[in-house]
Amino acid sequence: MNHSISLTVNGARREFVLDDPRVTLLDLLRERLHLTGTKMGCDRGQCGACTILVDGKRINSCLALAISHDGADILTIEGVARGDQLHPVQAAFIAHDGFQCGFCTPGQIMSAIGMMSEAQAGNDPERIRECMSGNLCRCGAYAGIVDAVLDAQASMDESNQRCSVRGAPHEAI
Amino acid sequence: MKQFDYVRPATVAEAVAAAAQPGAAYLAAGTNLLDLMKGGVSRPDRLVDVTHLDGLDQIECLADGGVRIGALVSNADLAHDAHFAKSYPAVAEALLSGASAQLRNAATIGGNLLQRTRCAYFYDAASRCNKREAGSGCDARDGENRTHAVLGWSENCIATHPSDFCVPLVALDAVVEIEGRNGRREIALDELHRLPGNTPERESALEPGDLIVAVRLPAAARGFAAHARYLKVRDRTSYAFAVVSAAAALQIENGKIVEARLALGGVAAKPWRARAAEDVLRNVAPTADAFQETAWRALTDAKPSGDNAFKIELARRIVVRALSLAAAGTPARIAALPASPFASTSGAIHARA
Amino acid sequence: MPELNLTSAPAHLRHGSNIGQPLTRRDGVLKVRGQATYAADNHPPGMLFAVMAVASIARGRVTSLDVAAARRHPGVVDVMTSDHKPELAIDPEIKTNPFVFRMEVLQSNEVRYANQPIAVVIAETLEAATEGAALLAPRYETLPALVGLDAGESFVPPVVGVGNPTENHRGDVEAGLAAAEKQIDAIYETPPQYHNAMEPHAIVASWNGDSLQIDMPTQGLMLSLARVAELFGIAHDKIHIRSPFLGGGFGSKGLMAGPPVLGIMAAKLVGKPVKLVLRREQMYGPVGHRAPTRQRLRIGADGEGRLTALDHHARTVSSTFDDFYEPAADASHTLYAAPAIRTSHDAVRVNTGTPLFMRAPGEATGSIALESAIDEMAWACGIDPLAFRLKNYAEVEPITGKPFSSKALRACYEQGAARFGWAKRPLQPRQMRDDDGLLVGWGMGTATFPALMFQAEARAVLRRDGSGAMEIGAHDMGQGAWTALAQIAADELGLDIDRVEFKAGSSDLPDAGIAGGSAHTATAGAAIHSAGAAVIAKLADLAANDERSPLFGAGNAGVIARDGRLIRRDDESRGEGYSEILARADVAEVEARGTGAPNPAAMEEYAMHAHGAVFAEVKVDPELGQVRVTRMVGAFAAGRIVNPRMVQSQLFGGMIWGMSFALHEEAITDRRSGRVMNANLGEYHIPVNADVPPLDAIMVEEHDPHVNALGIKGVGEIGITGSAGAVANAVWHATGVRVRRFPIRIEELLTKL
Repeated sequence: MNHSISLTVNGARREFVLDDPRVTLLDLLRERLHLTGTKMGCDRGQCGACTILVDGKRINSCLALAISHDGADILTIEGVARGDQLHPVQAAFIAHDGFQCGFCTPGQIMSAIGMMSEAQAGNDPERIRECMSGNLCRCGAYAGIVDAVLDAQASMDESNQRCSVRGAPHEAI
Repeated sequence: MKQFDYVRPATVAEAVAAAAQPGAAYLAAGTNLLDLMKGGVSRPDRLVDVTHLDGLDQIECLADGGVRIGALVSNADLAHDAHFAKSYPAVAEALLSGASAQLRNAATIGGNLLQRTRCAYFYDAASRCNKREAGSGCDARDGENRTHAVLGWSENCIATHPSDFCVPLVALDAVVEIEGRNGRREIALDELHRLPGNTPERESALEPGDLIVAVRLPAAARGFAAHARYLKVRDRTSYAFAVVSAAAALQIENGKIVEARLALGGVAAKPWRARAAEDVLRNVAPTADAFQETAWRALTDAKPSGDNAFKIELARRIVVRALSLAAAGTPARIAALPASPFASTSGAIHARA
Repeated sequence: MPELNLTSAPAHLRHGSNIGQPLTRRDGVLKVRGQATYAADNHPPGMLFAVMAVASIARGRVTSLDVAAARRHPGVVDVMTSDHKPELAIDPEIKTNPFVFRMEVLQSNEVRYANQPIAVVIAETLEAATEGAALLAPRYETLPALVGLDAGESFVPPVVGVGNPTENHRGDVEAGLAAAEKQIDAIYETPPQYHNAMEPHAIVASWNGDSLQIDMPTQGLMLSLARVAELFGIAHDKIHIRSPFLGGGFGSKGLMAGPPVLGIMAAKLVGKPVKLVLRREQMYGPVGHRAPTRQRLRIGADGEGRLTALDHHARTVSSTFDDFYEPAADASHTLYAAPAIRTSHDAVRVNTGTPLFMRAPGEATGSIALESAIDEMAWACGIDPLAFRLKNYAEVEPITGKPFSSKALRACYEQGAARFGWAKRPLQPRQMRDDDGLLVGWGMGTATFPALMFQAEARAVLRRDGSGAMEIGAHDMGQGAWTALAQIAADELGLDIDRVEFKAGSSDLPDAGIAGGSAHTATAGAAIHSAGAAVIAKLADLAANDERSPLFGAGNAGVIARDGRLIRRDDESRGEGYSEILARADVAEVEARGTGAPNPAAMEEYAMHAHGAVFAEVKVDPELGQVRVTRMVGAFAAGRIVNPRMVQSQLFGGMIWGMSFALHEEAITDRRSGRVMNANLGEYHIPVNADVPPLDAIMVEEHDPHVNALGIKGVGEIGITGSAGAVANAVWHATGVRVRRFPIRIEELLTKL
């Protein structure tokens, strides 16, 4: 049985016909929309590599059925930069070497962006560590990740939240 | 994942009717159900998606002073609701100590109540498990069972309930509102989960089609706000299930405990309310000795189900610590590491000579 | 190659030029935008999805598979089984060279370990393939599984690691022990561990006639290519493997394993491109792991705290069908100056996938036992653990008596201890508490890892437009090859890094050897060095032989390359740009090849190792027994540092692995079935962000003229060694409880606190 759903993906509203209700948001993005920036690490909500924002909130896309998210607004790593201009979190990850192999990185970045909008951690490194603990990094880039988040937080505070989570980057598309 | 029919009911009544049929399962966020389906542990024929139902995602302050939490409220939204966290701090702390931020954003409180055990043999479709397949046997009993139950288990099942959220809830006399084929009813959370006995496959008091629509905390539960903590020992600092946890809540007046609440997590097939132990604390001063006695009382009936005798001693110590923390007072803000022994615990650990 | 645009990064920082500079990652922008293409991100037209079914028993045979049920599932295209599969050109059981490991690719219905592939379902969608695999519902004839370090009769393997002797000795250990005033005799156990790179093993395979296109993460492009060629009976030049990025490897993506071969077979069977990605639980079997060990250390010391003997025996396991033996005891060869040393190994066979290299194979397992035992001996002698190590400092390599090519370990001890504040450490355990009453302990460990070199080749080009190219089939697993090797290339070509087209990660480039053994930067770097020198020499020839050039008559030796120009060494005012030289000679480009290889003469003469010292602080709840690392300082001397930013990340990563070894990771095997019961990332614990404290890694200056032309030692693995022991020793110092079974768990501490 086919199911029609609509999703806004990185600012663009798209209609889909799903031939299979089993498709997760992760597999929809990766295997059907070929938005492969979102990674599959465990497929069971245990690693965070598949983190995306759904209606502004970070979730594990591997444990979300696409069909159940009919009407949702989805932001993936591909929708974060504004043209060539990186999101402050992206730039900070490079500057602080917040990754090595890079595989967990899209999930880390989406998680960090989601965390900032949750506004629970502020600039407390201990709270950042706790709030970023849903994203495993086997290379062990955690120190750089925390520094990157602190740096991005500071630069975003400075620019009066111009780059807030659901803000301009994809609305302009 | 097995093929299934996807149904999106428009009303609760439609949902109940659709889910009452054999092989049907409710889908909320899916953070546990999809995991189980991917592992072949659950193979429903029909998913009844309740996430689009109206009216189930509200946190309501009730006229009697209690609070009613819609089943579709996310763990994160509840924990971060300022009024709720202030009134029921141990519940908020428990929520924030569970899983990861991503999972807390998705997971619903109704789903949390019904999450399944983390027993590796339950999760492994190739193992024998009486809970997964009635009468097939229990491979955990003589298996790798360091984290299994020490209270309320039977030879048929030694699994534990993994929820953090449920532990303070059961301590605070939470009530579950259920919509079923025969209309609405409510039961105490303590009655929702069943101990395994001879029927470990029957995990809860729910009947086919029953939908949890809300959880209520009574007004009296707010009376503990000044002295309520959740403490959770884990094998890593975060993003791990409890080895053992405890929720402790006290009402202290004029230096004496007027009423105490105590529940343990990670020790049994249900969140474990320690009522007899609570009685120890009525009308006594909050002293280390009283807490020790409480701890012994709470674990009186405990026995190892395998390589897990340490959990009994650990549970005793967690009880003492959780009570000490509660007596010291609820902190103004939840610690950076919620429920962790490594949250700042000034004064709670008595330096020994 | 996927289009890699590595040099136009807006956030790409430059700090002067090249080697030694902390450039940010040249692949950074691609990675933070989600544009770096990992194997599973490929999706050629017409591609189908393949999903493996794996065995749920550890020993026996498959008696039936419900192929019909799988085929009935909508979207399933085919089911590959031992009865229905393309034939291979050779029997995969034949070990054609020492780097070939046996694999299970549906050649029989025998099951020799849990999670062994037993079928592959190919379908139009991932959902269909996944459910198709579940529908196979295999039935088995099950035999009792061999499980654990006492599974059967032990034996002495012919070699351990890669060709290391099983036993080694120098001096008379028994006499040394007999003469000792203090003795330690202790047994340490380490569990099976799994690499668990964040990227599951994956392959996208496309056949075009008898040509084969493969996207697959590999730490060894040419070894993999050769293995594929022999298995499928096709010529090397018919195979192209792309591996621009690995989502971590840690040893598990070094050698060709069964699953990617199944992907290639599946593509052949259905005549379409196929993608096969392992599910996380399927990574606990067919793609290697670190074997468990039980290690006995007997150490003697005299009244002054000087070692008299060191005896290190390790028991480990291998599979029932192949041989890899964790060389744990070899960790005792290099660090401490005992006059008598003996190391030995034995093993039992169990029903497991064959163990394999996992980040610091042998060194990591051996180090945590050795560093614990040394700590125990220091305590027995009443000597500070650092003072004890200094007292037993090895001026020459103890097991061989060879001098070290360089060894700045003393400086590591000094700088690390100073940064950490070690001098304030009380000798007695259980003396420190924090403001919250948590027990605090400080521990240390010595780090060491051999400075290895393999073989590699590179091709260098200088072009008339003033740009250059360096080509080498190198691998970036996250260590930073795209950046560090390009830095070396730029220096060798005398060009700004942005003028160098650096190509890597593809099998049609010169063979860079294997990215393992912490040897890749040294090996590939040496090849780049030599290719760069060769192409500059060719260019210099053109100029020096051309009377119109200001360099006419300068001769090769008299020219240096800098900033795209050749200049006379004896007169820097005389020089000429590469473009002018090539233009006048009317050639588009000059090219040359160079190789990197170990220097047998240096190896004969010197012991070559990187060293380090790691200091750790832990806090332990005095009643609940939960442990948390709160501070780590490492100081490492590893020769020349190409890119300190990336080296710091490598060292941090290693230190976190060390912490994980001591406190977290362990595959829990059901003692009856031989199955790993926590084959996931929820219950197989690796550290999360909240586990990792502020880290400090000091790069101690070290000049080594012998290891290779560039003076580079490796940094990929040394961080684990020392760190694991430092954390374990800190737990002891916090609690007074010595735990000898790793990881240290709550229950080991709880009742002894």
